[in-house]
Amino acid sequence: MTSPLRICVRRTSASEARGSATLVTLRVPSDVTCIEEAVELVTRHCVAGHDTTRTMRFRLRVVLSEALSNAIMRGNAEDHTKWVEVRAELVPDAIQVSVTDEGPGFDPDAVPEPLRPEQLDEAGGRGLYLIRKLVDAVQFNEQGNSICMTLRRR
Amino acid sequence: MGFSETKGPHGVVVVQAEGQLIVGNRHELKDLVQSALERGERRLLVDFSRTGYIDSSGLGALVSISKRIRETGGELRLSGLNDDLRSLFELTKLDTLFAITETPEQALTSF
Repeated sequence: MTSPLRICVRRTSASEARGSATLVTLRVPSDVTCIEEAVELVTRHCVAGHDTTRTMRFRLRVVLSEALSNAIMRGNAEDHTKWVEVRAELVPDAIQVSVTDEGPGFDPDAVPEPLRPEQLDEAGGRGLYLIRKLVDAVQFNEQGNSICMTLRRR
Repeated sequence: MGFSETKGPHGVVVVQAEGQLIVGNRHELKDLVQSALERGERRLLVDFSRTGYIDSSGLGALVSISKRIRETGGELRLSGLNDDLRSLFELTKLDTLFAITETPEQALTSF
């Protein structure tokens, strides 16, 4: 079967404050079986030509997988008519990646930290917490259907 | 990518997780463990020496199978976590829930 994923990479001067940037964009169908390939495609283009530590590549893969999983399962409710947009802006010192779904959005501040002892035995509720711990900055749009994650290259 | 199963010493079922343990394949691991439990297996080891990354759904799947194994009176061990993978268990405090050893050999001798 042909992959439905088509990655787009272009050089841009959009980020003038930080010099030229590379934009990587990818549309992902609302199908969890596409997540692994989408993560690999975006990660490969985000690290190409840059000195990137193994830990940074690991963190990027985990948070991309988390954000895509949230967008597909919660945001788009696995509705196959809806898509998820991934947009990564690459500058020399950082990777800024946003993941946007077509859902109604959610309130990220209402998601509790999953560390209470009674929660340890719960299967879910760790995704957003892991994202917050693994990246340098996290922002949501007002609607709550788009997450922007920044990882600084060290 | 996937999960393979072999029989180790002391009747331990060794599950090798190759590639990723994430939302897209977590049910494969849960089904494999369920089948082993239905066959009467009670000692299971999941080895992550060949694993790239795990997401929160993968961690959740491990929590679920750990609960199921405990309910049947069995034991689950995890092994082969590199520093990055181990950090996920530490950040989520799941390192306090699972018996984790560095190598599969260490896990097998400690059953």
